[in-house]
Amino acid sequence: MPKDHGIGASPKRREDIRFLSGTGNYTDDMNVNGQAYVHFLRSDVAHGRIKSINLDAASAMPGVVKIFTGADFEGVGGIPCGWEVTDKHGNAMQEPAHPVLAQGKVRYVGDQIAAVVAESVEQARDAAEAIEVDIEELPAVVDMASALVDGSTKVHDDLTSNLCYDWGFVEENKPAVEAAFAEAAHVTTLELRNNRLVANPMEPRVAIGDFERASGNSTLFTTSQNPHVIRLLMGAFVLGIPEHKLRVVAPDVGGGFGTKIFHYAEEAFCTFAAKALNRAVKWTSTRSEAFISDAHGRDHVTTIQLALDADNNFTALRTDTMANMGAYLSTFAPSVPTWLHGTLMAGNYKTPLIYVNVKAVFTNTVPVDAYRGAGRPEATYQLERVVDKAAMELGVDPIALRRQNFITEFPYATPVAVEYDTGDYHATMDVLEKMADLSGFEARRKESEARGKLRGLGINCYIEACGIAPSNLVGQLGARAGLYESATVRVNATGGLVVMTGSHSHGQGHETAFPQVIAEMIGIDESMVEIEHGDTDKAPMGMGTYGSRSLAVGGSAMVRATEKIIAKTKKIAAHLMEAAEADIELKDGTFSVAGTDKSVAWGDVTLAAYVPHNYPLEDIEPGLEETAFYDPANFTYPSGAYACEVEVDPDTGKVTIEAFNAADDFGNVVNPMIVDGQVHGGIGQGIGQALLENAAYDENGQLLSASYMDYAMPRASDVPFYGVDHSCQTPCTHNPLGVKGCGEAGAIGSPPAVVNAVVNALRSGGHDIHHIDMPVSPSRVWQAMNG
Amino acid sequence: MYNFEFEKPSSIADAVAALGDEDATALGGGQTLLPTMKQRLASPTKVVSLLGISEMQGICTGDDGALCIGGATNHAAVAAGASAYPGLAALAGGIGDPAVRARGTIGGSLANNDPAACYPAAALGSGATIVTNAREIAADDYFQGMFTTALNEGEIITEVRFPVPEASNYQKFEQPASRFALVGVFVAKFSDGVRVAVTGASEEGVHRWTAAEEALSANFSADAVPAAPGADGMIADLHGTAAYRAHLVAVLTKRAVAAAG
Repeated sequence: MPKDHGIGASPKRREDIRFLSGTGNYTDDMNVNGQAYVHFLRSDVAHGRIKSINLDAASAMPGVVKIFTGADFEGVGGIPCGWEVTDKHGNAMQEPAHPVLAQGKVRYVGDQIAAVVAESVEQARDAAEAIEVDIEELPAVVDMASALVDGSTKVHDDLTSNLCYDWGFVEENKPAVEAAFAEAAHVTTLELRNNRLVANPMEPRVAIGDFERASGNSTLFTTSQNPHVIRLLMGAFVLGIPEHKLRVVAPDVGGGFGTKIFHYAEEAFCTFAAKALNRAVKWTSTRSEAFISDAHGRDHVTTIQLALDADNNFTALRTDTMANMGAYLSTFAPSVPTWLHGTLMAGNYKTPLIYVNVKAVFTNTVPVDAYRGAGRPEATYQLERVVDKAAMELGVDPIALRRQNFITEFPYATPVAVEYDTGDYHATMDVLEKMADLSGFEARRKESEARGKLRGLGINCYIEACGIAPSNLVGQLGARAGLYESATVRVNATGGLVVMTGSHSHGQGHETAFPQVIAEMIGIDESMVEIEHGDTDKAPMGMGTYGSRSLAVGGSAMVRATEKIIAKTKKIAAHLMEAAEADIELKDGTFSVAGTDKSVAWGDVTLAAYVPHNYPLEDIEPGLEETAFYDPANFTYPSGAYACEVEVDPDTGKVTIEAFNAADDFGNVVNPMIVDGQVHGGIGQGIGQALLENAAYDENGQLLSASYMDYAMPRASDVPFYGVDHSCQTPCTHNPLGVKGCGEAGAIGSPPAVVNAVVNALRSGGHDIHHIDMPVSPSRVWQAMNG
Repeated sequence: MYNFEFEKPSSIADAVAALGDEDATALGGGQTLLPTMKQRLASPTKVVSLLGISEMQGICTGDDGALCIGGATNHAAVAAGASAYPGLAALAGGIGDPAVRARGTIGGSLANNDPAACYPAAALGSGATIVTNAREIAADDYFQGMFTTALNEGEIITEVRFPVPEASNYQKFEQPASRFALVGVFVAKFSDGVRVAVTGASEEGVHRWTAAEEALSANFSADAVPAAPGADGMIADLHGTAAYRAHLVAVLTKRAVAAAG
C-alpha cells in the first residue's frame, strides 16, 4: 500500500493552492511605495560602434526622472562570470568586460544602450524613442566557424580573437585515443547541431531595486533561482555593496529552467539606480524583451566519432564541439560545454578512452548559458545519436549494442574524471522494454504502415551528474564559488518547525517535499513543518537551485540540521525522563526510554527548550534552532532508459509522438507524484527541443524567431501521455537521503530518443537517412525524404 | 501602446463618419491590431470599434440561397451558426484557439488579409461577395496581395455573402509556432465548376490554383489533382522552403477533395 505520510508518500503540493488560485506573490505583484519604472533602450543591430547618444529631447519628455547610459557606469564593476575555464595549453580563457550598460559598442540585438527611468512604464518607453543614438554598424559575427577564421571581425576588440577557450579533456589521453581509432574495426562519425533554445519561463524576468537612505541598505527583489548568489555577485563584483547592506529577495518565481540562475545587468541597474535616485526602480521584462535578453541555451556544433572493435565493443570516443557563448560570458557559461559536458561523455558505457575538445566562441548573439540539463543534454544527444548510428551501420540491434557496452560494476571511474557511485543500467532497460511493450513494436509498425504512416522506435540511455557539487572539486575546475547548501531548522516552543533553506523553489515543490523528510525523521505530521526560502535576510548563505541539486544537497543540509535538533531533543528528553541519553528513542513524535513504558511527547520536549524550568542548563543551551551546511562528497548520477515511438506522415513530413516511456533511476524518491511531474516537464521540454524549438539568427545577427509567432513552444497536443517509472532505485551512496535528483533527466533523455525514432521511421520507409538536425520540423523531414 | 481616442458607434453611418479622421482605424476583434499597437508598431490616433453595430452581427440566408455573415460576427459564432455551409463552419472552428475565435471577426480577417489567414481562402474559394458600406466587391477582385485589398480608406466590410457549394473542405497545415496556415487549401465544388483557393503559401497572398480547378471541374477526385505547382513565388522562411510549400499545396488539395467527398 502506498504511504500516506513521510518519505515515499505523494501528498498534493501545498504551494499549488496559491499558484492555482491566483494568490502567488511574484516579483511583478510587488510594488514599493514611490517606485519609478525603467525601460531599457536596446540595440536593434547586432554589432556597432556607438558614435553618440543625444538625450536632450528624451530628457525633456513628460515623466522622465533620469536617463542613464554607459557613461554613468564608468568606474562601476561589470557583470562577472562565475567560472574560469583553463584551455588545453594551461592558459585562462579570454574574458571580456561586460558593462551594465553598453560602453563604446553594442554586441547583440538586445544589448542595453540606455535606461530611461520615468514615472510610468509608458512614459519611459516614450522617452526611449526620443533618444538619438548614432551607431556605426559593423559586420555581425554570427556563424561560429566563420568567427574562428583568422581575420574575422572581432566581437571584442581587446581580445586576440573570438575564441574564448580551446579546451582539451583529458589532453593527456589524446594520443591513446588516436591510437585506438587507428586500430578500430569500425568508426562511426556523426556531425550534428544542438539547437539554440530560449527558455521561456512562464514568468518573464522582473527586478525592483530599493534603497533606504536612513540605513543605507539596498534591497533587490528579483526573479532568481539563487538570491544569495545574486547578492554575492552583484554586491561584491558590480556595485561594491557588502552583504550586510544588501538584501536580495526572490519570492514566488514562475519557472526558471536555468535562465534565472544568472546575474543580469537589469538587476544591477535597478539596484544602482535606486540608490542614485533615492527611490525604488522597477523593471518588468516584456515577452519580446525576454527573447533578446534572457540567456539562451545549447547551441553546439559537434563532430563525434565512436571507435568499435570487431566484437562491437566501444574502444574509444572523440568529439569536437564549437560552443556558442554569445556576445558576453554569462554567469556559468564557460562551465556548460566543458565540465558539465565533457565529464558526461562516457554516458552509460565502459568506453575506455575518451577525448573531448571544445572551442567556445564569441558571437554577436544573446549570451548563452545553462538551460535545463546544461551540457548534459548536449553530451547525451551526441553520444546516443552516434551509438544509434553505429548500430545502424553495423546492422545490430541498438538495445543489444547498448547493453553489450553498459557499465555494470560500481563504483566506476570513467576516463573523463568522474566516478559513478551507483547505477543499474540493465535494470532500467529491462523495465523500459516491458513498460514500452517493445516486443509489440513491429505489430504497431505494421498497423501504422497500413494507414500510410511510417512508424519509428527510438531508444536512448542517459547518465547525468547532478546534485551539484563538491566545492573542492569544482574549485579545481574553475568555479569561483562553493556549491554547498545550507539549512536552518527552527523549532518553535509548541513543536512546529520552520526550515530556512538556501535552495529556492520556482516550481519544484520544495514546500511539500522538504516537510515530508522532516516528518519522516521525527514522526510528526507534515503540516507541522513550514519551508522558508528566497530571502537572504532569512536563510543562511545558500547557493540556490539548479543542476537537480535541491533535495540531494539542500535536502541533505536540512537532514543534517534536523539531526542536530534530534540529538538535542534527546538530551532534553533524557533529562525530563531521568534516563540515559543513549536509551532515548524517537518514534512517531514520541520520545521513550528503551525497555520502559516511560515516554514524553515531541511538543513537551520542544516546550521545555523554550521554558527551561526543568532543563539541563549546565549542559545545553535553551532554545531549539540548528544550522547545517552540507557539501556533497561527489555528484549524484541518475540514469535511465527512454523509448519514443513516432509516426511520420510521408506526405507532409509531420512527426507525431505516439508513445513516450521513461524508466529512471533517481535513487530514493521522496514524493513520487512530484517526481512524475518533473519527468513529465523535462520530457515536454526535450520534445520541444527535438521537434519544435529553434532560436535562429540570420546572417546579420537578427533573431528570426523572436516571438511566439515563430518560436514554437511545445503545447499539450504535441506530447503524448507519458509512461514514467522510477522503480529502479540504486540509492546514492554519499548523501544521507540516498537521493539523486530528477529535475533535468527528462530534458536530457528525451531529445535523442525522439530523433532516433524519426530516423528509424524514415529508414523503415526506405529512406537512406542517418541524421536530421533538431528541430525535426515537418519541412526538414520532408527535405530529408526528398533529397 | 500609444494614446488614442476610442469610439464605439452603433450604426454603420456613424462608424463611417468616425473613420473619416486621418489615422483613424477600424477595430474588429483586435486579434491583429491590438498586439500590433501594444508593440508600438501601429499608432492610430483613433480606434473605432465595429462591435457595437448590431446590423453587422449574425448569420442569415439570402434570397439567392447565399449564406450572409455580418462583418463583425466572430469566428465562434460562424463555427456554431454556419451549419448551412459545413466547410465554412469547420474552417471558422479551426482558426486560432477559443480565445481568438471568441474575439476575432470575419470582417477583420478579410480586411487585414494576412497571407496565412484562413478566411481569405474561404472567401476566395467560395467566390464570395464582400459587401461594404459603399459597394459589393467580388472576392476575385478583392484580394490584391499580402495585406492588400480593394478596400478604400475608411471603407467597412459590413457583410460577406457566401454562395453555398455542393461540397467543400478546408485543409490547413499549421505553422508549428503561430498555428497560422503554413499552407491552407479551400476546395469548393459548385454545379458549374470547382474553385480551389490557397493561403499561406504564396508571396502574392491568397490565390486560386487554376490548374487544379480545371482538373477537378472535369473529375472531382483526389487522383485528378495535378502535380504540385512550381515553387517560384512561394514563401520561404524558417518553417519551410518554397518547394515544401508548393508540395503541400498539392497534398492538401488532395486531402480537401477526399474529405469533401
